[in-house]
Amino acid sequence: MSDKLLEIKDLHAGVEDKEILKGLSLSIGKGEVHVILGPNGSGKSTLMNVIMGHPKYEVTGGSLDFEGESIKELPTFERARRGLFLSFQTPEEIPGITLGTMIRTSMQAVSGKKVKLLPFRKELKARLEELKMKPEYAERYLNVGFSGGEKKRAEILQLLMLNPKLALLDETDSGLDVDAVQIVSEGVAKFHNDENSCIIITHNTRILEKLKVDRVHVLMNGKIVEEGGPELVDEINRRGFTHILDAQEQK
Amino acid sequence: MAEKKKTYIEDIERTLYDIRNEDHSLYKSKSGLTEEVVLDISKRKHDPQWMTDFRLKSLAIYNQMALPTWGPDISSLNMDEIVTYVQPDAKMAGSWKDVPTDIKDTFDRLGIPDAEQKSLSGVGAQYDSEVVYHSLQQNMADQGVIYTDMETAIREHEDIVKEYFMTLIPPKDHKFAALHGAVWSGGSFVYVPENVHVDIPLQSYFRLNAAGAGQFEHTLIIVEPGASLHFIEGCSAPKYNVTNLHAGAVELFVKEGARLRYSTIENWSRNMMNLNTKRALVEKDGIMEWVSGSFGSHVSCLYPCTILHGEHARCEFTGVTFAAKGQDLDTGASVIHAAPHTSANINTRTISKDGGKATYRSAVKVTKNAPYAQCSVNCESLMLDNASRSDTLPTMDVEGDEANIGHEAKIGRISDEAIFYLTSRGIEEKEARAMIVRGFVEPIAKELPLEYAVEMNNLVNIELEGTMG
Repeated sequence: MSDKLLEIKDLHAGVEDKEILKGLSLSIGKGEVHVILGPNGSGKSTLMNVIMGHPKYEVTGGSLDFEGESIKELPTFERARRGLFLSFQTPEEIPGITLGTMIRTSMQAVSGKKVKLLPFRKELKARLEELKMKPEYAERYLNVGFSGGEKKRAEILQLLMLNPKLALLDETDSGLDVDAVQIVSEGVAKFHNDENSCIIITHNTRILEKLKVDRVHVLMNGKIVEEGGPELVDEINRRGFTHILDAQEQK
Repeated sequence: MAEKKKTYIEDIERTLYDIRNEDHSLYKSKSGLTEEVVLDISKRKHDPQWMTDFRLKSLAIYNQMALPTWGPDISSLNMDEIVTYVQPDAKMAGSWKDVPTDIKDTFDRLGIPDAEQKSLSGVGAQYDSEVVYHSLQQNMADQGVIYTDMETAIREHEDIVKEYFMTLIPPKDHKFAALHGAVWSGGSFVYVPENVHVDIPLQSYFRLNAAGAGQFEHTLIIVEPGASLHFIEGCSAPKYNVTNLHAGAVELFVKEGARLRYSTIENWSRNMMNLNTKRALVEKDGIMEWVSGSFGSHVSCLYPCTILHGEHARCEFTGVTFAAKGQDLDTGASVIHAAPHTSANINTRTISKDGGKATYRSAVKVTKNAPYAQCSVNCESLMLDNASRSDTLPTMDVEGDEANIGHEAKIGRISDEAIFYLTSRGIEEKEARAMIVRGFVEPIAKELPLEYAVEMNNLVNIELEGTMG
C-alpha cells in the first residue's frame, strides 16, 4: 500500500467553459502538513472544492487519487466517508439544524455507526471548551448569527469531532483576530498527528506557528509554480509573489 | 460529468385518509341552495325560530353577494351541485361503542379514540354534517367547562349561543360566511368559565365522507376572564372526483387575561375547496395563539383573523403550508390592532413543489385607537422546483401613532452551497435536502402537538432520482 494519502496529477478543472486548474500536480503523504500559497484568483479555493467534489466544477483531465484509489468520480458524501474534510472559507448558515445535531448526523454518516448520545455530548462539551466556545453553541442553528470567528471555530470543532484523514483548510484563519487565530491554530495542531494530514491555504503565517510544515506549494494561474520547505513561506512573506512570477518568466 | 440531479419531496402519504366508507347517510338535502333546502335543514335540526330566521336572512344575503374578486380561482365550484346537508345514520354518542361501526372504524384509523385516552381531556368527532361523538373529562365538567356539539349547545345553552353566534363573522362578511349562516351544521361549542385552566387539550375532528357534499361546521369558543384552553382541530376527507366544499366558521372569544391556543391540522383531500373563516376577539391582556398547518385540499383560502380589542392584548400566529401538484393554497393571517399597546407576531413557512402554488397573504391594520402597537411579520417560502410557485402578499395599514411594525419576507430555493456543505460532511444528498426542509419548517414543527409534528416530518421524506457525478 502506498503511503501517499492524496495524489493529484495533471489536474484540469473549471466552471462551465472557464478552465481554472490547468494541469496541477500535488502529492501528500500520511501525517504531512502542506501549505498552499498563492495570490487571489490563482485557483486555491477551486482546488479545495474540486478535491471535495463540488458539483459546480467540472474535472476535464488528470487524476485525483486518495489512498491509491481514484476518487474523481465519487460523490462528495462518499469522499467525506473515505476521510476527506473541508473547512470552508465561508461556512453556510443552515437554519433549523443545530450545530450539535449536524455534527452527530455527520459522525454517524461518516462512520456508518450509531453514535451514542451520552458519550457524544461529553466529547462535544470537551471540544467546545478547548475551542473556548460556550456550550450553548451546540444548540444553536448551524452558523446562523455566528460571527466570522465563531463560524471558523465551528468548522474546527467539526474537524476535531469527525477526525478525518485529510483536512483541507481553506483560509480558516482569515478574518480572525490574534486570539482566535491562536485557538484555531491549536485546534489544527490537536488534529494533526502521524496519521492525519492537512492542506492549509493561508495568507498568514500565524496559523502555522504551532505546526511543523512539511511542504509549501505556490499556486499561480492554476498550476503549482514553486515548491519548497517551510522557508518558502518566509520568503513569500518578505518578497511577495511577483518575484516568483518574474522567475517563471525568465525560465 | 454530473448527471442532472432531480430530487423531489414525497407527497403526504394519503392512503389512510383516502379510505372511504359507503355512503350510509340517513338523509341528504337536495343539491343546490334554495329556501326550501334551508328550511328543510332547519326543520330536521329542530332549530329554534330565531335560528330558522337567521338561516333565511343569511340565504338572502348569500343570494345578493358576489364572489370575491381576489384570491385563487374557485370557478370550478358549482353550488348547484353541492349537497349542503348529509345526516349520518348515527345519533350523537357519549361513548365510542355507541357510534356505528363503519364510522367508528374511520375515527379508529385516524387514531382519535387512542389520542383521547392518551393526551386529550375531551374529544368531538363530526362525520359529514353531524357530530357523532362528544366527550369531556368529568373533572373538567365539574369545573363548569362545557364542550359539546353546537346543536346540543343551542338546546342547553341557548342564551350563550344566541349572544355570540355569528357576531364575529356576520353573514354579510363575505359570500361564504352568508352560505355558512344559511346551512351550518355541527361543529363544537366550548365554554371555559372564569379562571378555569383546561391543562390538557380538547380536540375536534371533522371528517367529510360523502361525495359532492359540503361541510359547514360552526365552532364557537368562549374563554372567560383569566381562563385558558388549548383546542386542536383536525380535518380530513377521502378523495372523490367531484368537488367537495368546506366552509366552516370558527369564532373565538378570548376575554380579559384569558389565553387560547387554537391548533389546526388540515389535511383535506385534493378535491376539496377549503373556504374557511376563522376569527378571534381578544380583550385586555388576553393572549391568542394560532398554530395552523395546511397540507391538503385543491384550493384553500384561509386567513385567521385576530382582533386585538383590549389594551395589551396579544396574538401569535404560526403557520405552515405545503402545496403540491394541483394545489393552490392561499393562506396567511390578518390582525387588527384596535387598542393601545397591542402586539402581534406572525411567523409562517410555505413550501411548494411539483407545480403547486403557495401564496402567503396577510393584512395588518392598526387603527387610530391603537397607539404603541407592535407587530412583526416573518414569512418565508421555499420552492422545491422550477414548476412551483410562491407569492407573498402582505399589506399593512397603519393609522395609530408610535406603531412599531416589522415585516420580513423571503422566497428561496434550497441552495447548492448548503447541499455541498452537508454532503461534504458525509451526508447523502437526499438526506441533506430533507434536513434543510425539516430545518426550514422547524420553528413551526416545534409548536405542533407531537403526533402532528411527526406527521409533518413524514412529509419531508425525499426521493432521489439519478446520481451526483
